[in-house]
Amino acid sequence: MADPFLRFVDIHKRFGPKVVLQGVDLAVESGETCVVLGGSGSGKSVLLRHAVGLHKPDQGEVWVDGTEISGLDEEELIEPRKKVGMLFQSGALFDSMTVGENVGYALDEHTDWDEDKIRARVEEVLGLVELEDVLDLMPADLSGGMKKRVALARAIALAPRGILYDEPTTGLDPITATTINALIRSLQKKLGVTSIVVTHDIHSAFTVGDRIAFLYEGRILFHGTTEEARKAPVPLLRNFLEGGGYA
Amino acid sequence: MRDIFRSWLAELGGLALLGADTLRQAFRRPFERGLWIDQLEHLGVQSLTITNVTLLFTGMVLAVQTAYSLSSYGGESFVGNLLALAIVRELGPVLTALMVAGRVGAGITAELGSMTVTEQVDALRVLAASPVKKLVVPRVGALVIALPLLTILADVMGLFGGLLMALTDIGQSRAYFISHILLALRIEDLVSGIGKTFFFAFFIGIIACYNGLTATGGADGVGRATTNTVVAASIAIIVSDFFLTKIFLMF
Repeated sequence: MADPFLRFVDIHKRFGPKVVLQGVDLAVESGETCVVLGGSGSGKSVLLRHAVGLHKPDQGEVWVDGTEISGLDEEELIEPRKKVGMLFQSGALFDSMTVGENVGYALDEHTDWDEDKIRARVEEVLGLVELEDVLDLMPADLSGGMKKRVALARAIALAPRGILYDEPTTGLDPITATTINALIRSLQKKLGVTSIVVTHDIHSAFTVGDRIAFLYEGRILFHGTTEEARKAPVPLLRNFLEGGGYA
Repeated sequence: MRDIFRSWLAELGGLALLGADTLRQAFRRPFERGLWIDQLEHLGVQSLTITNVTLLFTGMVLAVQTAYSLSSYGGESFVGNLLALAIVRELGPVLTALMVAGRVGAGITAELGSMTVTEQVDALRVLAASPVKKLVVPRVGALVIALPLLTILADVMGLFGGLLMALTDIGQSRAYFISHILLALRIEDLVSGIGKTFFFAFFIGIIACYNGLTATGGADGVGRATTNTVVAASIAIIVSDFFLTKIFLMF
């Protein structure tokens, strides 16, 4: 079996006196969608941010596509970061730029493409997230769901091999959340990328995930397929799933 | 007490690292011309009103005050000399820098702070772009170019304010007042006055960007960071002014 695309090895992280991660081991195979499920404050987003070097572990290793990134400085992180796109919880669109400039930012930064080629690619990825005629709008003109889709288009513009989703459905109404879930699934099929989805939305987890990792108080208590998750003899996971009607 | 000292040292270290990184990245290609021009317009041109009005009225009040004080010794003729030295060596650079620290420093921190707490700075990093290169270098660079120019204009406005008072209040002729200004000023005064502003600009820029990039906790945190910038930048200007003046006096 090939090396996993992303691997966390014994990750420990604390912020001041608050211990957030206590020895997380997790491997995500190429092409699969792994959902990190857990309650608020369980350390999910902190774990995800380690995968792109936004946090450095106090102890442990983070491997992305065969490169150990935890010891790299900002400059050395440029290449690994080109391989991974990230959808932030809030979308994190640059509010001083238009939608087109947001989506084309990485292309402008890391390719020598001319304006027409960049525009064509921007329109292509906006099409993948089912948006059109929004190129010249400002982020402030968009709804919450549209912002997430534009942010997703920005994350995939450079054709990354992996996509990280931080709470993709949080703050959205049920219909928009379902649309985003369907979009994650369809991108997975169309692009064949490796995905990690961090969420506490159980419905979303079972809709988009191939495998589920259950994080509780900074430790992975379960890691397996969605089917295994339903039957896992882990009381805390069972309580969590029962709360969402999935056990 | 030890914690306060430690966090103060950590902030100082953070500022020094950001300053060094900014200098390093400033000379690396590509040169972001568009971003620099935007910032020059935003930070420099739009500060003209506040700095010019400040120095115009400072020059006016200084002329009135010195004329009033010197009249008891019969020294009114030296108003132009005193005004020229005070404005060009000290008041022009320091007041302009303080005004810019208030207007521009606070603005930079508020802008970068809100980008930080809404994860836009993290998004920039994830898109494999350097926040220092994209956000800090153009702002600090624009300030380092704009502040000396703003100071030169503000000096002129300050002297013009003094001239207005000389003509209307003190009873000196234009030629007399200007000749005393030219008599008092040496090239060293200009070099010292303008030279200091490069350092002031760098301090304002780095402090403002650092506070913005380290802001936490939403709107409240951005507000606190903005206040910190105005306080820290003002103190940095006043304290460094003393040391820079001593250094410039050596030459």
